[in-house]
Amino acid sequence: MWATGHVEAAESSLDSFEIRLYETGGVMVHFKINGKEKSFEGDPEMPLLWYLRDIAGFTGTKFGCGMALCGACTVHQDGDAVRSCSVAMKDVNGTSITTIEGISAGPEMHPVQKAWMEIKVPQCGYCQTGQIMQAVALLKQNHNPSDEDIDTAMSGNLCRCGTYQRIRAAIHQAAKELA
Amino acid sequence: MNQIENFSRRNFLKTTFAAGSFVLGARLLQEPLWASPADAATGGATFQPDLFVGIASDGTVTIVANRSEMGCGSRTALPLVLADELDAVWAKVKIEQAVGDAKYGDQDTDGSHSVRSFFDQMRQAGATGRAMLVTAAAQQWSVPEKECTTEPSYVVHKASGKKLGYGELAAAAAKLPVPKKEDVPLKDRSQWRYIGKDNALFDLEDIITGKATFGMDAKMPGMVYASVEHPPVLGQKVKSYDDKAALKVPGVWKTLTIRPFTPPHHFQPLGGVAVIADNTWAAFQGRKALKIQWDSSPNSSYTSAEFRKTLTSTARQPGKVARNIGDVDAEFAKGGKIIEAEYYAPHLAHASMEPPVAVAEYRDGKVLAWAPTQSPQAVQETIASVLGLKKEDVICHVTLLGGGFGRKSKPDQVAEAAVLSKELGKAVKVVWSREDDIKFDFYHSVAAMYFKAAIGGDGKPTAWLQRTVFPPINSTFELGAKYGDDEMGLGWNNLPFDIPNHRAENGPADAHIRIGWLRSVANVYHAFGIHCFTDELAHAAKQDPVAYLLDLIGPPRIVDLGAKPDDDDAKTYPLDTARLRRVVEMVAEKSGWAKRPSGAGRGFGIAAHRSFLTYVATVVEVEVDGKGQVKIPNVWTVVDAGTIVAPDNVRNQFEGAANFSTSLALLSEITVTNGAVDQGNFNDYRLVRMGHGPKKTNVYIVESDAPPAGVGEPGVPPFAPALFNAIYAATGKRVREMPLSKTKVV
Repeated sequence: MWATGHVEAAESSLDSFEIRLYETGGVMVHFKINGKEKSFEGDPEMPLLWYLRDIAGFTGTKFGCGMALCGACTVHQDGDAVRSCSVAMKDVNGTSITTIEGISAGPEMHPVQKAWMEIKVPQCGYCQTGQIMQAVALLKQNHNPSDEDIDTAMSGNLCRCGTYQRIRAAIHQAAKELA
Repeated sequence: MNQIENFSRRNFLKTTFAAGSFVLGARLLQEPLWASPADAATGGATFQPDLFVGIASDGTVTIVANRSEMGCGSRTALPLVLADELDAVWAKVKIEQAVGDAKYGDQDTDGSHSVRSFFDQMRQAGATGRAMLVTAAAQQWSVPEKECTTEPSYVVHKASGKKLGYGELAAAAAKLPVPKKEDVPLKDRSQWRYIGKDNALFDLEDIITGKATFGMDAKMPGMVYASVEHPPVLGQKVKSYDDKAALKVPGVWKTLTIRPFTPPHHFQPLGGVAVIADNTWAAFQGRKALKIQWDSSPNSSYTSAEFRKTLTSTARQPGKVARNIGDVDAEFAKGGKIIEAEYYAPHLAHASMEPPVAVAEYRDGKVLAWAPTQSPQAVQETIASVLGLKKEDVICHVTLLGGGFGRKSKPDQVAEAAVLSKELGKAVKVVWSREDDIKFDFYHSVAAMYFKAAIGGDGKPTAWLQRTVFPPINSTFELGAKYGDDEMGLGWNNLPFDIPNHRAENGPADAHIRIGWLRSVANVYHAFGIHCFTDELAHAAKQDPVAYLLDLIGPPRIVDLGAKPDDDDAKTYPLDTARLRRVVEMVAEKSGWAKRPSGAGRGFGIAAHRSFLTYVATVVEVEVDGKGQVKIPNVWTVVDAGTIVAPDNVRNQFEGAANFSTSLALLSEITVTNGAVDQGNFNDYRLVRMGHGPKKTNVYIVESDAPPAGVGEPGVPPFAPALFNAIYAATGKRVREMPLSKTKVV
């Protein structure tokens, strides 16, 4: 969407640097992202968030707080919503990760995303991918959530623009769609 | 308004538009700073557009957005206005985001004025394009222009049934002279296809699918990551530091000091020690391992709890007069019933969901930056000033902003990236942690206010004195600034009440942390004080707060604010009490005010405030349980912002403002101890979460043909006083300081 090639042309940030080998405690972990096999060798304590964003290029997952307080970095690990800022790479081994980029099986949007479109939820939009990932996980466990169920499930996801009312409406609408 | 020129006749347009494109607007050539491989592939030209529209021979319409998108919708609204007047198919319009350049006019996306300031210009640009396309078609068909009309992206001659697409006409239109403004008809409102309808944000799908590029997502080839340890106290410098442990962190390869700012701090970097690494995480970890000795700063003695006493006592002293009507002192001297009150509101942080971040590259005396900035021209000026460059040699691309709220008008983090890039010879991405964001903000100012009213026999005030004291925003730009002249217009020197004796004053206060604009700025505390004090007077008079408020506003009239004759804003947007009365009356009706008794833990409160030229009245309903927990079942808010471009987005802005305001009214506070900010993340700088904010915010828009006013900020000011007035109605407890969480209400 941005006009020049400067942003999009960059694949990896590290092409001009020597990649350091992690002599002390480096690990090799194997996992899946959006169905594809991946492996990572490096700092076992690196949060999944930074692997996704800086190394694997899945930037739909956002950094907000680094302490699992805001939910902007929410992804699914084996189907459960987790805060990727607080999941170490060593704990990703053998698991399957889904990000916003992989939430829909085909070219169509996920029904939750469609509801977000129809209700016109976002303002700045930065937190919304995390909100959607949390909402998808909620609707997997609870097909017909009440307002209270939604408030409880979504209370870990901050939106500074304050789109909570529309998020709640969109989740109800998606629940109907999925029923 | 910028001169509209037909730039197609010049040979400027190589990359953005295909050959033969019809391009209209104040488009200005910007030579590329250096050719990237991508540039070379397209002929080595880079163009930096102004407000303009381009039509390619394939019919593609491209419109430039010159204001930043931080969630308020201006990147959608302004191009939409242009597309409407051009009569283009909106769904097929492409938007190109402008880089920073003073030639493009004011790009600082603040003050809720994107639509207000550019509405006419965008209409004119679109209408001019449409008129030229009509001329081109009429010439081709040899028919009079007035027999031709348009339907989206086509010129049509109804009599003959002929029809040509805009793309087919582009080459011919490009050869035409630009008609004079007075010869270009604008659409009648009834002909608008998009303005005033519920259009989605242009970037909606990209946002929802995770494809949108925020500042946090920007990359440049070969870039490295940096995290900066800033001095904990404003003005501290690095005495010495030990980076041995930091350099052992995997992925960290260097540390660098950033020179401290030259006072006044303006938007310069704070200074400190930067850790350079392969990725963000490694940079964060490296920082934790740094050992830094800081020297002292005069601001080390600043403790906000102590400072509060200073502010409060200053508010009891006469200050600088901001507005004076009649003689309050003479009225007070008459004796009779006097009511006084003190109000207090703390420092706040912006806490945009996206922390400050930027990527920049310095090369050959020039800088290229990508940043989530509200003000790309401030990026140019700041980097130019810090690195000793010409601002024209700083190119700033604007990404989407993950929230801004005023913080991202100040580009200190972009300057950090440029400074580090110059040292390293590589592109650098600076990422602020949440703790950096909360601890090194340009804070919303703390404020103490004092009110005094003499009450007449009818319960209405015969005299009203108000004093406000706060460290001013100007302290960021001017050493030793103590008075907030600019803040007076933000809810202080424009009290719209019908009171014969009134004086508004401002007392002096020093700043010890960086002070800046936050959504609706001084209106936050001024509206809190004024509208809670109004409610106090209503209850003292044993009158209904809505009836009392209408009485205070008085008869419909234009309030004389002493504007200078050349003040065009005052002429176009006079303070009209008829409009203020209308939003109050409407919100009372919509909320069923008259039928809703307060008491026994349930209460309704009202406030009405005009800010950013928009009239807003809000009623808040609260429920307070036996433990003092507050619930907000309903909010009703009525907005008169004149002509509305995007009504659904306006409703979204006001729903959001209710939540933003719930945070500051109930939860948020920045405190400072010995010069250092105490809070650091969302555990101690608390924001409202789903389920704790208003359950239902009902937004009503007054139908109006008046010129467009602001919508991003005006929802904020009346909310907190309406909430505190509702708390009083529910509990009988008058709370005069924010946030409410500091006071036990039951």
